[in-house]
Amino acid sequence: MADRNTFRLMLLILGLVFAFLYLPISVLVGLSFNEGGLPTAWTGFSVKWYGELLANKDILRAAGNTLIVAIFSTLLSTILGSLLAVGVEIRRRNGKWLETMIFAPMIIPDIVLAIALLSFFSLLGVKMGLHTIIVSHVVFNLAFVSAVVRARLKSFDWSIVEASNDLGATTATTMRRVVLPVLMPAILAGALLAFTLSVDEFIIAFFTAGAGRSSITLPMQIFSMIRFGVTPEINALATVVMAVSVVALALSQRLNRGGLPGQ
Amino acid sequence: MTTDRRPILLMSPALLWLFGLMVVPCLLILVLAFFRRGMYGGIEYTFTLENIALVFDPLYAQIFLKSAWIAGLAAGIASILGYAAAYAIAAMPRHRQSALLFFAVLPFWSNYLVRTYAWIVLLNREGLIVNLARWVGFEGELPSMLYTEQAVVIGLIYNYLPFVILSCYAPLSRLNPEISEASRDLGASGWTTFRRVVLPMTVPGIATGFVFVFVLSIGNFVTPALLGGGQFQMIGNLVYAQFLTANDWPFGAALSMVLIMVMLGLLMAQATVADRASGGKAGDNG
Repeated sequence: MADRNTFRLMLLILGLVFAFLYLPISVLVGLSFNEGGLPTAWTGFSVKWYGELLANKDILRAAGNTLIVAIFSTLLSTILGSLLAVGVEIRRRNGKWLETMIFAPMIIPDIVLAIALLSFFSLLGVKMGLHTIIVSHVVFNLAFVSAVVRARLKSFDWSIVEASNDLGATTATTMRRVVLPVLMPAILAGALLAFTLSVDEFIIAFFTAGAGRSSITLPMQIFSMIRFGVTPEINALATVVMAVSVVALALSQRLNRGGLPGQ
Repeated sequence: MTTDRRPILLMSPALLWLFGLMVVPCLLILVLAFFRRGMYGGIEYTFTLENIALVFDPLYAQIFLKSAWIAGLAAGIASILGYAAAYAIAAMPRHRQSALLFFAVLPFWSNYLVRTYAWIVLLNREGLIVNLARWVGFEGELPSMLYTEQAVVIGLIYNYLPFVILSCYAPLSRLNPEISEASRDLGASGWTTFRRVVLPMTVPGIATGFVFVFVLSIGNFVTPALLGGGQFQMIGNLVYAQFLTANDWPFGAALSMVLIMVMLGLLMAQATVADRASGGKAGDNG
């Protein structure tokens, strides 16, 4: 009897926590489809606020910038991060310092990295813009990519590499024909994760974008819009941004869990 | 294959990248903290401890303490809620657990600004909560909910709760149910079993969750800026201001340095807790 009550209590807790987690964003998504746009009354379903987004030049430019930043930082960090992961796992015996350095970008507070990079770029006299955001995003993205790829390598059977070598394949061929195909799902999952992180990243972009409006990214645009209050347009934009990251993440999860084809 | 230099070759592009764009810039911050602020906002290259001393000036020390208080409050409440949620997930049938966990963590991966904005929608003067209160018949002036300390704390909890759920779930799911059964068989009540057996074994998960929420909160500048209103200041906002408006980079660097020290100290304490928990198990048996 007591067990059944405990179970009910657990269900209640779960219900409350999930309500807390999902109600605020649900309200936001709901309001973005409200014709009147006000939270006071539901005046009917409409996608007109999404139409407004497409007509807003600032938002479109910011979205374009975000796409450029995300694509380039994803490409760079996927290559660097995957190579790093393979190197680290082949080497096995890595010092504590090395492990810390690889792990650090994931836990270092954004604001610290942001001001460090801002000081660094300005002392070097680098003109800041989208390119500085890209190289800065690679710092934390490559750490996440390498973490995802390393996780896959933990269960990697290195004897197939030896087999490939014994059969006369060069190291390059072994890498391309044996290691890469096995790692591909993890690399793609890492790339998608990097893409999502880059699309959503605000603080580092904000500090390394330089002056002027030409290199504003979507999160920066959202930040400046939010400061002036609630509008149905932001609701729609927020919904789109949220949908993009959730879809990319779900895809990444799926890829990574999929395992090897034919296994 | 394993003894040659090729692994280093594979690692070197990424390591150089991290060295050049993370290690060097962070060291630069450490160095900057000991320079003097120039007449017109630049940097004067003479050694000084003034910036560090200024951090401990009552005016700024107070902001530090307030940030720590808010971060502690958010981390404390998030730890309780997160532990309860993780405990409840671990109590569900096995095949449901991974799905529940996935949905508990999903919001964590959506945009931080959007999640914070959701609370502006709920709490603002014309927001849903005010309307709801009017609708149920509440009249008169409602106290402003947005741009308060409470709003900042709620925002922080909301943003970081999934993280605590994740960190608490890991030890809870590994818990051997037979241990709890043994405790009950020996006559302990459910509550005693929880307090004396389950809780001590899962404390590292809570410690990890608490420290991470605290660390992420104390240096946060987005949530105070959006939910705390313009005049609300936490350390993150102060750092932000030194770099982007007040143009006192050495002081900003000194503030960040102290902030990093606090964070490192906490992370090390958390690692010790985790170490002791896992070391104890192995050590006792050997």
